[in-house]
Amino acid sequence: MSVLFDNFRAWQQYCEQHNLPLYVPVLEYEREQKGNSEEFVWQGLARAYQVMKEAVQTGLTQDMRSRSGMINNGAKKVFHHPLNVLSQEFKEMISSALAAKEVNSCMGRIVAAPTAGASGILPGILTNLQKIHRLSDRKILEGLLVAAGIALIIEQNASLAGAVGGCQAETGSAAAMGAGAIVYCLGGSITQVFNAVAITIQCMLGLVCDPVAGLVEVPCVVRNASAAAIAYSSAQIALADVSSVIPVDECVQAMGEIGQSMETRYKETALGGLAATPTGQQIAQKVLIQDIEILNEE
Amino acid sequence: MNQKSGIFDMIGPIMIGPSSSHTAGVVKIANVAYKILGGQPDEAVITFYNSFARTYEGHGSDKAVLGGLLGFATDDERIRNSPQIAQEQGMKYTYKAVGNASTLHPNTIKLELTKNNKRIEIIGESRGGGLINIASYNGFRADFTAQLPTLIIEALDIKGSIAFIAQVLAQDDCNIATMNVSRKAKHDIACHFIEMDTALENITIQYLLHLKWIHNIIYLTPIT
Repeated sequence: MSVLFDNFRAWQQYCEQHNLPLYVPVLEYEREQKGNSEEFVWQGLARAYQVMKEAVQTGLTQDMRSRSGMINNGAKKVFHHPLNVLSQEFKEMISSALAAKEVNSCMGRIVAAPTAGASGILPGILTNLQKIHRLSDRKILEGLLVAAGIALIIEQNASLAGAVGGCQAETGSAAAMGAGAIVYCLGGSITQVFNAVAITIQCMLGLVCDPVAGLVEVPCVVRNASAAAIAYSSAQIALADVSSVIPVDECVQAMGEIGQSMETRYKETALGGLAATPTGQQIAQKVLIQDIEILNEE
Repeated sequence: MNQKSGIFDMIGPIMIGPSSSHTAGVVKIANVAYKILGGQPDEAVITFYNSFARTYEGHGSDKAVLGGLLGFATDDERIRNSPQIAQEQGMKYTYKAVGNASTLHPNTIKLELTKNNKRIEIIGESRGGGLINIASYNGFRADFTAQLPTLIIEALDIKGSIAFIAQVLAQDDCNIATMNVSRKAKHDIACHFIEMDTALENITIQYLLHLKWIHNIIYLTPIT
């Protein structure tokens, strides 16, 4: 019998009862719900991770200018900047997240994880985690399964869509997935993994989706970098056994509640926040289609 | 009606950016048209409605739709260059934008396509996360998702036709997931849209097609 992923508590209980690592029930879930074989799942994950790595490489090496001009090779500039504000690793991690997300904005190939708007976060986190800690591919793929489990529960109890729950639902969820994967891959306990998820959600709560001109560019790209940074900071905190105090399931509930009460103009409609600023509106005027027919409706 | 998500909905889909609804969903709608038409059109008139109308360039929906009409999948990197490729292959296309079609879904696209002497019209909706709904086909209300094997049967509106078709499919061990039938007028042409849980044998399609009252059958495999 597999856990049906209603909440984190049941996932933890199941794993502790059967003495299983966190990724196993996710694998079982996929087999039961979708009828996919274990081999199919590992291959699919390997392919996804490969595309993530390619996206980082593409973003760091090729010309990344979006049609609107708002995205203009930011990842490369960060990567090659001589001054490290924190460390070389931190700079590389930030630029990897930016790179993969810029590829998305510039019509390159990415993995929506969980969404296209958040597609830089897991690549930024995982490629650098693997490099810094010399982790095996297998370990990273297990981490991806844990991340998928985290997203499945968030989807069921809150939302993963910016149009439903704001940016917290997209980049917030991706960061939570990443934080859980980091702690899992570094050998943290289940409690530590879920504390990392909870702390990440606490840091991302309330973030609105206010994309300039309605495009997945500003502030989406820089938020992919900051979400990846928050995932690392939460993982560092959780690994030291610092408690989230509010249990992870309740943090997800809070995220759902905030998403529901968020005004529509902050949910991907480009009517509020950064999109509604004078500059935001000027850019919208410039890049949006103006030649639109308006029907005479009775 | 909604299936439970799987892990590859969370870690995936693998797609060309920037947006699952404005890019991936649009590719899929155009893929359906490509399959129905049996190849890329000679000429395409593409209309973007409502929320799509203003942002279709910024989100690359214009390139996505051409890519889909050229038969490219949602993760095909050629989508980025689809206007040049369409031009090289002699595919003509024009875009239109309509801002306020209040009866249509916010993210709707209409495709009017011609290939040789065949003309089709498809209205598709991009419903988020790369999911689509084909709302109409040649003026018939359709409502199918292209996630399952799908039959489009144009037949005379005669008594017992629905039961007969359902029976034939059942003989091929085929369970019907959804079925929509709409018609032009009484005893005129009716169009059946049937989504099935499993694939259909070609001989079953051939059998249905040889019946005098069935005029045309299109069999669509799922679009990924």
